[in-house]
Parts: sequence; structure tokens; C-alpha cells
Amino acid sequence: MISANLRRRHLIASLFRWSCIAVTGVAVAILCVLIYQVTTVGMPWLDLQFLDSFPSRFPEKAGIKSALYGTIWLVGLTALFAIPTGVLAAIYLEEYAPNNRFTRFIDINIANLAGVPSIVYGILGLALFVRFFHLERSVVSGALTMSLLILPVIVIASKEAIRAVPQSLRQAAFAVGATRWQVTRAHVLPSAIPGILTGVILALSRAIGETAPLIMIGALTYIAFVPEGPMDEFTALPIQIFNWTARPQQEFHELASAGIIVLLVVLLLMNSVAVYIRFRGSRREK
Amino acid sequence: MNVDLNEKSSEQNNVTSDKPKILDIRDVSIAYGGELAVRNVTLPIFEKSITAIIGPSGCGKSTLLRSLNRMNDFIENVDQTGVISLKGDDLYGADTDPVEVRLKIGMVFQKPNPFPKSIYRNIAWGPTINGMEGDIEERVLTALKQSALWDEVKDRLQDSALNLSGGQQQRLCIARALAMEPEIILMDEPCSALDPVSTSRIEDLLFELKEKYTIVIVTHNMQQAARVSEYTAFLENGVLVEFGDTDQVFTRPANQRTEEYVTGRFG
Repeated sequence: MISANLRRRHLIASLFRWSCIAVTGVAVAILCVLIYQVTTVGMPWLDLQFLDSFPSRFPEKAGIKSALYGTIWLVGLTALFAIPTGVLAAIYLEEYAPNNRFTRFIDINIANLAGVPSIVYGILGLALFVRFFHLERSVVSGALTMSLLILPVIVIASKEAIRAVPQSLRQAAFAVGATRWQVTRAHVLPSAIPGILTGVILALSRAIGETAPLIMIGALTYIAFVPEGPMDEFTALPIQIFNWTARPQQEFHELASAGIIVLLVVLLLMNSVAVYIRFRGSRREK
Repeated sequence: MNVDLNEKSSEQNNVTSDKPKILDIRDVSIAYGGELAVRNVTLPIFEKSITAIIGPSGCGKSTLLRSLNRMNDFIENVDQTGVISLKGDDLYGADTDPVEVRLKIGMVFQKPNPFPKSIYRNIAWGPTINGMEGDIEERVLTALKQSALWDEVKDRLQDSALNLSGGQQQRLCIARALAMEPEIILMDEPCSALDPVSTSRIEDLLFELKEKYTIVIVTHNMQQAARVSEYTAFLENGVLVEFGDTDQVFTRPANQRTEEYVTGRFG
């Protein structure tokens, strides 16, 4: 009597399991095809000359130097602006802000900001940084715009990470006579760092791939120099890739693939830095 | 009914002791969002003794305990009236620093909550951030010996505290509180998450600690209250029903509700 239906229930369970495996398989397969396609097409073009040359009308002379440097500048400055601001905002909202209507209003609106299309940030950046503050089409304009774009993502991820720190840990620290800041600095932040870093990396990964806001603020495609300071004009990898794919010649399409490989490698490098920091953090905890 | 019980509780608070009063709880009421959890409690805590607070779940005993070192400050919508003073100093005075209150009145929680750091750092952190004088290492060793943990951990002070067993973790939490040399240690059901062996080790520890410290312990376990404490306070629905010498409360309770509770007829 008890085993009634058991066979059917096991069947449903295994059906569900296999559907999950199938769906995961499709996602991974698409990624593999994409990477295979890009590498087979782009690899032949990927050499030192490609990395060390500026864009050119001649595919064999064209390279990605200015875009690569531009992206590194852009992401570096964006991280510099957005990470401290975002993490500090999250600390304030989670640890200090009173739980009142105003705080909830801010919370909701940060979540809303995360859903605003990136082109809108581009318009804002153009009006505010490029025009109003006269920062022109500089790396710093781009980085500030990108910072606004990814700030909500960093704040939300950091808030989640901070909230996941058990209350009992804070109480333990308060009970030995710690101030709010000492509790946050010595216990809450170290416990939340892995989660915060994951959010930061996700946010920066988004920044590295965004094209629309950069076009909006006038990051140019043809730049025959690398930025030497934050006020220099710049271009970035996704813009360069977009530009190459827009050309009719086959060679430029292949160059775009090579550019995508470079973009992916930069992304992976960034992620591995985060994984390393997480690893080091978890080892020190012990 | 409320008023009736209040009068009763005040009339039964004429407990005298040869020990000086260290903490004075006077007419304290605590409400969460308008809901009264503690009602007009007046209770003395005597120095270098163990006072047990017993009562059924939800009677407000933990709330009362947490008000003694201002741990309720972290909970939203708490309203508190009445006066709690440590040797005459109002704990809730306008110029009282809650951090200083917690330095003088330490706490051990229901579930062991060691920091996810080394055993050594768990104890050393409090003295370090408070810039306590003297050798920190010496202080850590003393605290570990006082909490009867030293023999079990002396070879692995740099190991993570999370690798200790539950009972060891709780003794570590006691050591962490001891290292601050507080005047009072509050314990909120410190054995409720522990097995009987660990529980009896902690009870033994309490006996030794009361030579030097004042301890207020909230417990669900009446045998524990009877075994370890000198004074017992019985709380029901936030009202202090009876307070007296533990012997008297358990053998000759003045109030019928107390008798029913300590003999296990309810709660």
C-alpha cells in the first residue's frame, strides 16, 4: 500500500533530472560552438603584430592596440570609481541605515537603476560628464558613465553578501565591546568579501562588454594612439569589434573574431584575479 | 490582572543578601512594537553569585537578559522604561556609551558563535581592539585555563575555532567573555545546544567562575537552575512572579504558579 505510486514518482524524478541535464547541455554546447567558431576564424590573425598595431585600412596591418589599452584604462578607472562607492553604499544601507521608509525608498530605486537600459546611462554620461563637466570624450568620462551603470549591480550584490553574514557573528563582536565600525571591519566585511567580489566581477564583466554607452559619449573607433592619461580620447574592444564586423570585407570579420578572443582573455584574467583573492581570503580565515 | 501580578512581584522582592548588590533592575518594562515582553520587573543582582532566570518559552527572560548589556539596541522598535544601573551608574543614561556597558557586562549566547578565525584570535580580538593593558598572550592563556579549554586546545591555538566541537566552542565563547574581565557575564541558555557531557562541564565551570564573577543565566532547564544558581527569578508572561534564594524558590515557593512550574506541572 505504501509503495503505491512509487514507480510513477521515481519516473517523474528521473524525468526532471534528465531535463535539467539536457538544458545544461544545450547551454554548454552553444558556448562551445561559439568559442570554436571564434577561435578557428580568429586564431590565425592573433599574433603580436595584431596586439601591437593600431587600426588600419589594411587588414594585415590592422591591430587592436588602442582598443586593448583603452579597455584596460576604462575598466581600471571604472573599478576605481565604482567599487569603493558601491561597497561603501552597501555597508551604509545594511549596517548603518535605520530601517525606515527613506531607506526602503533608496533600496527599491537602486534595484530599479539596475534595470535601466545602458543607452540611457550613455545619454546621461554625455550630458553630465562630457558636456556639463567638460570632461570631453575622455577615458574618465567613459569610466564615470560605466561606474554609474554598474554601481547598482555592485551595491545589490554587496548588500546581499553583507546580509548573509549571520547576526550571531555581529552580536558576538558587539558583546566584547566592539564599535559598529570594528564589527564591520573585522568580521562582517571578511565574511562578505567572497560575495562582494563575485558581484564586482560580474559588474566589471558587464562594463567590459558594454558598447552602447561608449558610442553615446563618443568613444571613437579610429584612434591611432593609446591613452596616456585619464583625459585622453580612447576606444574600447567592443567598439573596435563592432566596427570590424560592420565592414564588408571578409578579412575584417576574421579580425573581429581575433578581437573577441582578446576580449575573452581579458575577461578570464580578471575573473581569475577574483578567484585568487577569494581563495586567499578563505585560506586566511582558517 | 496585570496590576495584581505587579503588586505581587514587588512584594516578593524583599530578598536580602550579605553580598553587595551590583546590578539594580528597577521597574523595567520592555515592548517590541507595542507588545509588552517584560512588565515592571524589579530585580537585584548580587555580586559574585549566580542568578538564574527561569520561565516558560516566550516569558521575556531572554529579552530581560539582553537589556542588561544593551543588546536590545540592535533590535528595531524596542521601547524600554525603568532603570537599570550597574553600581549606581545608569546603563541607559544619556551620556552612557553602550560599548562601555558591553565591556563591563559580557555575554555568552544560546548557540556557540565563535568568530571564523583561529582559537587564539577569537579570544585576543576583544582585548586588542579595546587596547587592554598587559600581555595579550598571557590574557588568552588565562582565559583558556579559566574556561577549562586549555588542555584540549593548547597544541592548536592557530587552528580555526570552527573545527572545535559544539561544547568546546561554547567554552571558547565563555573564554572570549572572560578575557575582557567583565564585572558581569550574561548567559542566554548557554547549554541548550549542547549534549549532557558538555553541559555538565559548563556547569562545573560556572561553579568556579562565580568566585570571581557575577553571572546571570537564563535557562530552560530547571535542574540546571537548581544546581548552579544561588538566586532564582521566575518570569511568566513578562512578569516577575517570584525571586528568592534558589533553595527557597525550588523547595518552598511562595507563589503557586512558581510551584506548579518548578514541579513541572506546566511550561
